[in-house]
Amino acid sequence: MTSPADTVVRKGLSPRKRAQRSRLIQYAILIALVLFALFSANWGQIGSVFFKPEFIKATFQDGVLQALVKTVEYTAGAFVIGLAGGTLLALMRLSSVGPYRWIATAYIEFFRGLPAIVVFIAFSLLPLAFEGMTIPFDPYGVVWLALGIVASAYMAEVIRAGIQAVPKGQIEAARSLGMSPGLALRKIVLPQAFRIVLAPLTNDLILLVKDSSLVFIIGVAATGYELTGFGRDLANTYSNLTPIVVCGFCYLIITLPLGILVRRLEARAEKSR
Amino acid sequence: MTDRPLVHAVNVTKSFHHNEVLKGIDLDVEAGQVVCLLGPSGSGKTTFLRCINQLETIDGGRIWVDGDLMGYAERGDKLYRLKDKEIAAQRREIGMVFQRFNLFPHMTAIDNVIEAPVQVKGESKKVARERAQALLDRVGLGDRTAAYPAQLSGGQQQRVAIARALAMQPKLMLFDEPTSALDPELVGEVLAVMRELADDGTTMIVVTHEMSFAREVADTVVFMDAGVVVEAGPPADVIGNPQHQRTKSFLSRLRSEHS
Repeated sequence: MTSPADTVVRKGLSPRKRAQRSRLIQYAILIALVLFALFSANWGQIGSVFFKPEFIKATFQDGVLQALVKTVEYTAGAFVIGLAGGTLLALMRLSSVGPYRWIATAYIEFFRGLPAIVVFIAFSLLPLAFEGMTIPFDPYGVVWLALGIVASAYMAEVIRAGIQAVPKGQIEAARSLGMSPGLALRKIVLPQAFRIVLAPLTNDLILLVKDSSLVFIIGVAATGYELTGFGRDLANTYSNLTPIVVCGFCYLIITLPLGILVRRLEARAEKSR
Repeated sequence: MTDRPLVHAVNVTKSFHHNEVLKGIDLDVEAGQVVCLLGPSGSGKTTFLRCINQLETIDGGRIWVDGDLMGYAERGDKLYRLKDKEIAAQRREIGMVFQRFNLFPHMTAIDNVIEAPVQVKGESKKVARERAQALLDRVGLGDRTAAYPAQLSGGQQQRVAIARALAMQPKLMLFDEPTSALDPELVGEVLAVMRELADDGTTMIVVTHEMSFAREVADTVVFMDAGVVVEAGPPADVIGNPQHQRTKSFLSRLRSEHS
């Protein structure tokens, strides 16, 4: 239906104008949505369910900060196990000995493919399956192990990539100085590999912080509650979601700085390239 | 056997995927000598250099450095590959300087230099540091000991790399195109350090394209092409009056590039 003259006019709309119009439409949609939310939502009820001041206070009095500390403790221990296990698995994957490679690959694929919650359910059932079995440092031992087993699978792949990113000339220089393969690995390759993967490893740490919420599945005592278990328990007690919201913000206290750190590290890596 | 040269290579062969890059190299280097390996790229000179300290394994022939058969043990008439640790021990005696410096980027200049003496030889940090300082002074970088490689120019990095290799007090120094990755204005400072080493009696094997260095510093110049030694002798002969057509055409090509 368009006549030749019409198309000429369409083409005449400059890219800048077209972008301007598109932006205008986007703003209009946004404003409409905000207005709709403002007038349709029952703000009083939302406030009293999610942000009730007396429950915010109660959440702090009941020890949300303790739960925050527990979350950090669970995560930190699991990160250490994940780092050690991940490094070992990465080295196994790069081994010249076939069976080591196969075992590591099988482990990594298995635990990466499995929902973490399945591992936690398995750990929660362990004492039933093996009567009298105890894992030391209760409850830390179980939590660290369950989280660390999954984390090591993820971290192994990151660390492997880091090791492979170290230039071959570095290994040759180390060898030419008479370093044994093991010494070259410890002093030259791994320190550089970890620098390279600092940002992605911090990302894994953030995931780990969130995965620590699965601890409530294992069924730890109330004194061992981390943020999610604590928040859920309290929300149940008060029949109000405020404690969960407070706990949610507590996660952000941990993860937001880590996110900023990742971005800094990435920027630094970009610069040194 | 005491009169054997420091480096004694006999009929060294090496292939990469059916591509024979070394077709029987013989080379003797006396202690205190400087030997320059010249030749077009792909002639096998770098590969041969890397075979000497076993960064490449050889397919045939033998290389002795100071009487040690490199990479193998000979029992009866059979050769047995040495363990990694044993090869590492052999490499302590041989310093190597790479085209791309290969300094350890996570360590300062002086830490680069002391790393191997401390970790490999078990020297005390104090002793290693003192010698490292002296070596960095010697290559003209005594005031940059705390700098990281990324803070140094290419020429400075290469001089640290030379100091790093010397810190192991090697019997032999290998240089693999040490100035090829440098900006032209930085070549001189590295060659000056190498000249000084040669004057001090360091045994050196140098793969290079720097003709003036070869002419003035080398005791022997070896011209390689297509995996064989075409001719070898004093620089006055090989560079000044080459006998073989391949040497002549290589040198004339090099001259036309540089003028």
